[in-house]
Amino acid sequence: MSSARTYNSIVLVKQVPDTKNITGDVMKDDGTVNRSALPAVFNPEDLNALEMALQVKEQYGGQVTVMTMGPPQAAEVLRESLYRGADQVILISDRKFAGADTLATSYTLTRAVEKLGDYDFIFCGRQAIDGDTAQVGPQTAEKLGIPQITYAETLVNLEGDEIVVERALPLGKELVKCSLPCLLTVVTTANQPRPASARKRIQYKLAATPLEYQSLLKKWPEFETQETLDAYLEARDMKLPLWSAADLDADEDKLGLGGSPTKVYKVNFVVLETTESKEVPADQEGIAALLEELIQEYIVG
Amino acid sequence: MTNQTNSRDVWVFIEQEEGIIADVSLELLAKAQELAETLGSQVCGLLCGYQLGDLAETVIHNGADRVLWADHPELKMYRTLPYARVATELLQERQPYIFLVGATAMGRDLAPRVASATRAGLTADCTDLQIGDYTSKKDKQDYKDLLYQIRPAFGGNIIATIINPTMHPQMATVREGVMRREEPDLTRQGTVEKIKPTFDESDLVLEILSRETRESEVNLKDSPIIVSGGGGVGSEANFELVRELAHVLGGEVGASRAAVDAGYISREHQVGQTGTTVRPRLYIAAGISGAVQHRAGMDESAKIIAINTDPNAPIFEIAHYKIIGDLSEVIPMMIRALREKAK
Repeated sequence: MSSARTYNSIVLVKQVPDTKNITGDVMKDDGTVNRSALPAVFNPEDLNALEMALQVKEQYGGQVTVMTMGPPQAAEVLRESLYRGADQVILISDRKFAGADTLATSYTLTRAVEKLGDYDFIFCGRQAIDGDTAQVGPQTAEKLGIPQITYAETLVNLEGDEIVVERALPLGKELVKCSLPCLLTVVTTANQPRPASARKRIQYKLAATPLEYQSLLKKWPEFETQETLDAYLEARDMKLPLWSAADLDADEDKLGLGGSPTKVYKVNFVVLETTESKEVPADQEGIAALLEELIQEYIVG
Repeated sequence: MTNQTNSRDVWVFIEQEEGIIADVSLELLAKAQELAETLGSQVCGLLCGYQLGDLAETVIHNGADRVLWADHPELKMYRTLPYARVATELLQERQPYIFLVGATAMGRDLAPRVASATRAGLTADCTDLQIGDYTSKKDKQDYKDLLYQIRPAFGGNIIATIINPTMHPQMATVREGVMRREEPDLTRQGTVEKIKPTFDESDLVLEILSRETRESEVNLKDSPIIVSGGGGVGSEANFELVRELAHVLGGEVGASRAAVDAGYISREHQVGQTGTTVRPRLYIAAGISGAVQHRAGMDESAKIIAINTDPNAPIFEIAHYKIIGDLSEVIPMMIRALREKAK
């Protein structure tokens, strides 16, 4: 432990619809998703990514910055990040980002990472549960011109500008050495994400981005105007930064739906093709008869 | 990367480790042949490695008309950057129409990197690929013969058809087992073009210190009988019943995503859109509700038995035999009946 080197991390997180609880009206006519119709959660593997960043910070020092691109309500995952120990959070939000596919998303995130600058690590979850594509991490690394280590499970060693990481492959492990800066996508088995700290939860409860002021005023009418609310939050360091397309100095042709090479051509709700089925009584006799039938048909045995 | 390409060729990334081609690449070659036939074009295999012997011939036997073979010591073991360099440069130079990659750990690492570098659209985990037309609603422009990239989305509740009208190649990844493999044709002829790639220092910043891989103990794809457990199994102890039934039947153990996420069993056993696609003679679904994501991977099974306490579980809609009951009672009855018959 000779080096006094510290490491700054950027964690890219996503608020995702909880795909376990889907209702019928989640798709819009243009084939994109009406996210407001679904309960939203912190993408699970992004919590593993945040945990890995926090552990680097605890061991070596440095800053952990969490960024998310999403609608105004995505600020919730930023507050959740603050509750867990992030030093700084940034919401990247603009109507111009709407309808982005993974390529346009990675472009937007790249612009944000470059605006922040000064990082050693970028951590992402391996994939998000809403699309399972696992594409945005590698695409962002490519645009930043830095190496990627996908399926990162353990940060084995960190010295100077060099890391050793163990990757969890479907059928084994791989140990790799790489120079920093580097982007890692983190798997669920990497760690046990810490819960929110009760103290920090109280501390950051009021933290909000300006996009939330309107709804906050309904909750706290005593502030009366957005300006007074803004001044109040600003004074307490509770105003969360919001970066729009203009802040990112982005090429607008590369943003949102227009910047996305893939388009949703059509969406079909899944219609179950019903099979003629036989109900088998759930008793010993019924089940023995079923198996006898399968044996007769040479399906079993 | 480009708005117009003259080539209509269909490229397949040939994934190999230690000279053995991944099944998914062979499956994709079969699909690519079908697509190329519709397009009136050729199938090209992109093979990267070092000292691969006559592997390029195997690629041709499995459906390629041409093989681009990048041969270099730095390509011996898969690493993102050297492989991405080779693929990106060749795609930019030759401008194929379609580029297909297996949705394996390797493919899912490589494909997005390459798609970003070429500014191509990429769709993950397609369950079907077709050729079809599209008319843009905005400017009424017609696009002929696009690649329809079809995949379930949102937990499998919808099936989306994705297209990539202008920024080609049209890239897609496909899971192993989704496409059907053809028998190799040992008389099939094709051309092999060797490529000598060059790398710069920035491509080689990552070094593999060690790699330990094991053979998969799970062979879902080729097993005639599969017994799968879902979230409804409820506990690791109950999952033992699923294993035991599979054992008694001489079958393989499968699982839904919920069971894998709950930690009852490893991900290798997962059947479904983000797992393995199977078509066994008999599929027993125990405690699986039947989300489309799961059904997409097993609904072509010859016979399906579903066991569930919920009479309205969607799995019953595709089951040939439905058993409404508690699997912790039903499975032991099945095991007992099978043991009696074996006597």
